[in-house]
Amino acid sequence: MAVVTYLIRMLPLVLAKNEIRSPFVRSFLYYVPYACLAAMTFPAILKATSSVVSGAVGFVVALIAAYKEKSLITVALLACAAVFVVERIMVFM
Amino acid sequence: MEEIMKRESFRKGMKDGVPIGLGYFAVSFTFGMMAVAGGLSIWQAVLISLTNLTSAGQFAGLDIIFGGGSMWEMAMTQLVINLRYCLMSFSLSQKFRREESGILKYIAAFGITDEIFGISAAQEGKVSVFYNYGAMCVAIPGWTLGTLVGGISGSLLPDFMLSALSVAIYGMFLAIIIPPSRKSRPVLGVVVASMTVSTIFAVTPVLKRVSSGFMIIITTLLVAGLAAYFCPVEEKEEAHES
Repeated sequence: MAVVTYLIRMLPLVLAKNEIRSPFVRSFLYYVPYACLAAMTFPAILKATSSVVSGAVGFVVALIAAYKEKSLITVALLACAAVFVVERIMVFM
Repeated sequence: MEEIMKRESFRKGMKDGVPIGLGYFAVSFTFGMMAVAGGLSIWQAVLISLTNLTSAGQFAGLDIIFGGGSMWEMAMTQLVINLRYCLMSFSLSQKFRREESGILKYIAAFGITDEIFGISAAQEGKVSVFYNYGAMCVAIPGWTLGTLVGGISGSLLPDFMLSALSVAIYGMFLAIIIPPSRKSRPVLGVVVASMTVSTIFAVTPVLKRVSSGFMIIITTLLVAGLAAYFCPVEEKEEAHES
């Protein structure tokens, strides 16, 4: 389990030692983080919390905070706070 | 000069690693609870977290252990679920400073998780492995201790706290991908397209059964590939923004 997981992470660093010249590959690698992180965030965030509604509110709050270029920790904590507040309110509904 | 830069990178990594460590604690807390509930000892659960440092892979690993799966099945499952790290490492191979030796990078390789990859990819220009070490110094203890505490007491953190903490990681992802989307239309296109494709995977009857690790690989290859083909990045823009 650990061996497979480590090899997956290490081998590309061993194999791709030289600077890559191909514009296609360079552009591809430039876009990988955005494509990857976006795919991991949505719709997974909706299922992360105990209800879809609080997940959605957390998503919107994080989206707005990120759009205003707040720091990583600020965006993360605002999203947590939003989920917390919404779930407290939902208890009474 | 070199020493100062290393220390500076390390400190920055630690600072950016704090929200990651907190998020990890919450997720691995759940892992510790589940592992112990399923019959593993606390120390087995902690050892798994310390040596693997991967959430989806470990949860899938638990299913295989409890289901009495073979070693072969375990290896194949980990390969598929964690193949996305291969793309991330490949991407980082171009991002790490050239001057730093191979061995230093192989140590950093252990800490290539979704989140640590996210913050190091977000750094401007080249990134030092010491930045990754800084983040790893906070993230690995967070991940390991979360498993330990979760294993010891399944009821220490109430559900509503875990629920709120579990969005921390996604909030960080958005903080990484949204600001560049404002400045670059192709990046915005990539973000929207990826979210759309992953949503299609989540709601379409047959595609729903694809594991999340595989879904991320397919989406990333497809969207980043199309974007690279239709909107190749100008050398100058890349140096400025990536």
